[in-house]
Amino acid sequence: MKKKKLLWLIALTVIGASLAGCGSKSGGSTGAETEANSEAEAITGADAGETEGTALSELKAGFIFLHDENSTYDLNFMNAAQEACDKLGVEMVAKTNIPEGQEAYEAACELADAGCDFVFADSFGHEDYIIEAAKEYPEVQFSHATGTKAHTENLDNFHNAFASIYDGRYLAGIVAGLKLNEMIENGDITENQAKIGYVGAYTYAEVISGYTSFFLGARSVCPSATMEVTFTGSWYDETAEKEGANKLIENGCVIISQHADSMGAPTACETAGVPNVSYNGSTAEACPNTFLVSSRVNWEPYFELCLNSIAEGVAIPTDWCGTLETGSVELSELGSCVAEGTAEAIEAAKESLISGETHVFDISTFTVDGAELTSYMADVDTDADYTPDHEAIKDGYFNESAEGLRSAPYFDVQIDGIDLLDTAF
Amino acid sequence: MNKRTREPLFHIVKRDTHSLKRIIGVRALAILLALVLCGIVTMVTTGLDPISVFESIFTGAFGSKRKIWITLQNTAILLLISVALTPAFRMRFWNVGGEGQILMGGLAAAACMICLADKLPNGLVMICMVAGSLAAGALWGFIPAFFKSKWNTNETLSTLMMNYIATQLVAFFTIVWEVPKGSGKIGIINQDSNIGWLPELFGSKYVLAILVALLVTAFMYVYLNYFKQGYEISVVGESDKTARYVGIKVEKVIVRTMLLSGALCGLVGLLLVGSINHTVTTTIAGGQGFTGVLVAWMCKFDPLTMVFASLLIIFMNRGAGEISTNFGLNHSYADIITGIILFFLIGCEFFINYRIQFRKKAAEEGK
Repeated sequence: MKKKKLLWLIALTVIGASLAGCGSKSGGSTGAETEANSEAEAITGADAGETEGTALSELKAGFIFLHDENSTYDLNFMNAAQEACDKLGVEMVAKTNIPEGQEAYEAACELADAGCDFVFADSFGHEDYIIEAAKEYPEVQFSHATGTKAHTENLDNFHNAFASIYDGRYLAGIVAGLKLNEMIENGDITENQAKIGYVGAYTYAEVISGYTSFFLGARSVCPSATMEVTFTGSWYDETAEKEGANKLIENGCVIISQHADSMGAPTACETAGVPNVSYNGSTAEACPNTFLVSSRVNWEPYFELCLNSIAEGVAIPTDWCGTLETGSVELSELGSCVAEGTAEAIEAAKESLISGETHVFDISTFTVDGAELTSYMADVDTDADYTPDHEAIKDGYFNESAEGLRSAPYFDVQIDGIDLLDTAF
Repeated sequence: MNKRTREPLFHIVKRDTHSLKRIIGVRALAILLALVLCGIVTMVTTGLDPISVFESIFTGAFGSKRKIWITLQNTAILLLISVALTPAFRMRFWNVGGEGQILMGGLAAAACMICLADKLPNGLVMICMVAGSLAAGALWGFIPAFFKSKWNTNETLSTLMMNYIATQLVAFFTIVWEVPKGSGKIGIINQDSNIGWLPELFGSKYVLAILVALLVTAFMYVYLNYFKQGYEISVVGESDKTARYVGIKVEKVIVRTMLLSGALCGLVGLLLVGSINHTVTTTIAGGQGFTGVLVAWMCKFDPLTMVFASLLIIFMNRGAGEISTNFGLNHSYADIITGIILFFLIGCEFFINYRIQFRKKAAEEGK
């Protein structure tokens, strides 16, 4: 009996092994996988032959995301990538949950090996690894969001992109400021209690630029507004973001906004009944009673630009900055609890920003240590010593994400009226 | 009152003999069942037929030259961690601090790369990195071992707690060395000068880790089976009292073994920072310090078996990654697949050590 059973075992194992073996060795067998692969090979083959560009339908775009769709930040990229690829008829492959380490390099190389003509990574920490991959695959175009190095790296196939999201934050700030005004008029708070809370990730320029523009927007309509900022030390930490929001609410903040990627702060606000200005996309569904508005970067125009450039055989801009005009900076629909007249005020402010009449970082609207900021050397070229290298103040305003400097924010000035609770990160 | 005792449906009997054939058979069946279940799960989630499921898995792990290298490199790291933890576990010293020891090794290597880059020539920087990493890992192993041998503290708790200290230290230095300011990440260290980047052997950046893993595995096999020190470890593991009776200084063996285990984990940190990632982050060990514990256990602390076990886990992990890329699944899918395999491999040990006796048989005997 025992021997028979053993024989069965061995037989099963052998069958199993041979099945697996067959499947792997035969090149032309069934399955979508092999088909996709051979197709990919065909594309690479075609690419090597011609430099004049390729038909859009033959392109393949690979995307690398730090997290998955549970992160509002990554979801914003995923939707844009899907939209652009669907619109242009480009084949799309995505890798989610890729950490900011060698895995990012390997993911980029694997995508290039699989025949991608365009590889995009969405997280700040991916940049160095994408540069390494770009050096190895000169025929593939690599783009990286929020990065700072493309303009100094001198690689033909490595590009940075961002958008003038400070415009969007400024407009969202106006929504918050009008809400503060409404609270003051209703007698819920006094003028001096118009305090905004902000949950940030790190004391990084992108975050500082974000909360400052948001604050300036709010103060442009509610002059008595002040702000408190706390930092979590992570781009995605639901618990810390929730705790940060709760701490700010306890401190007397009557409106909360955030620059961190989880639902931590919005849900804390919904529980406490405090209005929230969101980022990366609407949180109205999860927070119907407290959602005011959300600003976000719409990456779809950029993806379209890149894919079209490759198809036409022209160069992708080294460092591209989207604006309100390109459709890269967007406000979501307004929440149910916004103040009256908000929609009109935003429309007017948007016109004014686009026409260049208003500048978000107009130096006449803020002070630093009680004085006007007339000159500021920003650290635009990344180096380990944070050397300030470019004058950023021009024509009476701080020239954020400027042409000729770089798209990623470099505004890291601490202006009066904003109180940083902790700067450990 | 019914006095008749009811015989349970089945009971579990410990096996006295272990025939090699049966052990291999049970394990092979476990792997096969695990693969079948993985296939079913994949079929349900993707709608693929079973053959293309396994084809995808195989392509994911070995589909291109680079994929093969990455699979081998990841296997080497997991193998190295498992082997590093083995001497401690053979001694029945529950070293769950692999994660922290790796991080400390990595932190030391990164510190040398950052602080010594413009002070010493490249060769000396590398020597400092090797020495620093081994020492830092060894220190992180020594501390719990010292407390265990002096005051018999619980090493499971202390090694675990040392992990958190290491994570926080790395987090602290990340802020100290961050580039650009405020960004909370170090980025690739010496990306232009490549100082402190461990050499590429045979023109491939993947070879070094693989070679080191093979050498260390071979060394550990010999050390544990043919060296007096290895024998002492086994005796201490079997019985503290026996060890004392035959004149082994248990405290000394504990400290010495943990120094070795910690230093080897530090070596993994060195490879991760100096040869693979060229940066240090709090998540650089990626939980493999714990997966390594499972691998070591599963293989009954035999370094040679670990080669296959880690290869199998990485193979399935990479294969599942490929499937999730091709079918737009979440990459946590790879973790599910790894979980299924570990469940079967560990679960099958039960059937190797025990057998189930059913009531029917016993009842028949009663008649």
